[in-house]
Amino acid sequence: MDLREPANRVSPRARAYWAVESGIGWVVLIVVQVVLLVVLDARPWWQWGLLALTVVLALVGLLLVPAWRYRVHRWEVSPTAVYTQRGWVTQERRIAPITRVQTVDTERGPLAQLFKLSTVTVTTASSEGALKIECLDQDVAARLVQDLTVVTDRTEDDAT
Amino acid sequence: MTELEDAVRPSQWQRLSTRMLLVHPVKELLRFLPAVAGLLVAGTTRGNGQQWWWGLVGAVVPILLGMLRWYTTRYRFTDAQVQLRHGLISRTTLTAPMDRVRTVDVTASPLHRLLGLAEVRIGTAAAADEHQLTLDGLTTEQAAALRQDLLHRHREQTAGPAVGATPTGAAPADQAAAYEATSEEEIVRLDPRWIRFAPFGPSGVIAAAAIVGVGFQILNEAGFDPDENSAVQGGLDQAQRVGVWIAVLLLAIAALVLIVLLSLGGYVLLYWGFRLTRHAAGGTLHVARGLLTTRATTLEERRIRGVELQEPLPLRSVSGARLTAITTGLKGRDEDKALSSLLVPPAPSAVAKGVADRVLAAAGTLAVPLRPHGRAATRRRWTRALVGGVVLAVVVGGIGALVHPVLVAFALVPLVGAALLAADRARALGHALTDRYLVSRSGSVLRATHVLERSGVIGVTVRRSFFQRRMGVATLTVATAAGRQRYHVVDVRLQDSTDLAAALLPGHLEAFRR
Repeated sequence: MDLREPANRVSPRARAYWAVESGIGWVVLIVVQVVLLVVLDARPWWQWGLLALTVVLALVGLLLVPAWRYRVHRWEVSPTAVYTQRGWVTQERRIAPITRVQTVDTERGPLAQLFKLSTVTVTTASSEGALKIECLDQDVAARLVQDLTVVTDRTEDDAT
Repeated sequence: MTELEDAVRPSQWQRLSTRMLLVHPVKELLRFLPAVAGLLVAGTTRGNGQQWWWGLVGAVVPILLGMLRWYTTRYRFTDAQVQLRHGLISRTTLTAPMDRVRTVDVTASPLHRLLGLAEVRIGTAAAADEHQLTLDGLTTEQAAALRQDLLHRHREQTAGPAVGATPTGAAPADQAAAYEATSEEEIVRLDPRWIRFAPFGPSGVIAAAAIVGVGFQILNEAGFDPDENSAVQGGLDQAQRVGVWIAVLLLAIAALVLIVLLSLGGYVLLYWGFRLTRHAAGGTLHVARGLLTTRATTLEERRIRGVELQEPLPLRSVSGARLTAITTGLKGRDEDKALSSLLVPPAPSAVAKGVADRVLAAAGTLAVPLRPHGRAATRRRWTRALVGGVVLAVVVGGIGALVHPVLVAFALVPLVGAALLAADRARALGHALTDRYLVSRSGSVLRATHVLERSGVIGVTVRRSFFQRRMGVATLTVATAAGRQRYHVVDVRLQDSTDLAAALLPGHLEAFRR
């Protein structure tokens, strides 16, 4: 049997969110290095090299990685199960039957709030079995949570 | 509720046994003992008197805190819950629903035993650790009756409507005794000959570490200084006379003998009187063990989701193994959990497998032929071991070359070691599906075979790193509420991983197929 990818992508705004999220760290790193270059008199070649490397990595992190993650991150809910795919270098697919779901949580950081994004975490009775759907559109997330809560309320056996 | 029942399961808030007031001072005194011993050995020449008094203050404060804790701790049983309340300023109340009780663990240290006390730990299905309920300081009778009661109670309720009407004339302790007599079936008991496996198991190392720790503490308190000590200096002079290599050899032999003796001692301390029984009426497994500190664990059979057969390399070399249960409701640190769920201590592997058959109620599950994981998995074991082996070989060879050119040959040792490890790890990989169980084996130094009940599977993860994608393999991780919470089937072909996932979650994957 071959599994296909989950049907739904996360919100398109996720790309911008991921870029900004990693961008903050890179900008701090670059600013610190520029300041050091300006302030210190000795400017050895490796300091320039380090700055160049940081800029290249930052560009990769800002332009390439978000697009890559956006291609990988997907999710789908069938009438009986939740199915997610995430990662970029290491990718993973998780499937959990809805009958095993214990709680459905939504989470919004300050930055995610700005992009109107939510992360939905579906937990099970196993501390290792949580499914995370990052960067959903807030409306989509709300609907998903409601649908799942209705179904999980009806189920009894949680396989503990 | 009658008076007698109330003694076991008080419905009013009640304190723990008064005898606990004795436990805290004695405990502190014992902790203080290394310091006292050090003082006696060293005399009063080195340490000044003040240190001694500070030590005493350090002992008295915990005693007072212990008394305060006893004073502020209360517990009670309602019809549906066990409740524990403690704290003076910020009151905490822990509540465990009776029908969620999965395991009951009764531990008694020598001190507890002397006073006729026991510590009862009640494990529930909740995922968070802090929800474990510990009643430290019930009388032995209370503890035994409580254990019986907690795990067999809701079973009786489901069995018939007689709960409210049960004849309440007999004391719960008597009922408990009657239970033991009628429905107990012994699965395994310790054979003293198994002690030969002790040096190959982990208990020896643990005991050695503990005793070395205490020894250092005594030496430290006594103000021991190797530079000034005549015995150490005399030993060094002696060593120079016989030659360094012989001295090193003698030291190694002495250390080996010490470890063997300590491991034998550790085995006896931990596993003396080990007995695994099944109570058909209650549907529980019961493990009792321990020489000085006794421990009795009761596991609900319905919650046992499988077993783990552990064959670490040293133990495997003498055809030994140990067996633990994969179950929900055990809390605490991993080592603690592993000890609580122990079904067979280091013993002949045939014994461990026999017990597994009886616990799983499916004979031959561990004997099922395992499906090997194929060439890609083997290649990955070899690359991983050899990368580490080559790095080590370069380091060892480099250091050897600095000392003497001939010593470069030592670089072969890590290379050969890596090759053996890779071959053994590749050989270990395998999995199988039976009607009720998923069997998966992996590891060389710490080889383990997991048998996991298929109905206990909560979800599956198919994980692929960059290299795994290139080689067309995946690691399947099964999530469960029991034991380690996750069990891996490493580096199976992608096709096999999805087939396995489909079999473990029947009916749930069809919607997602291509």
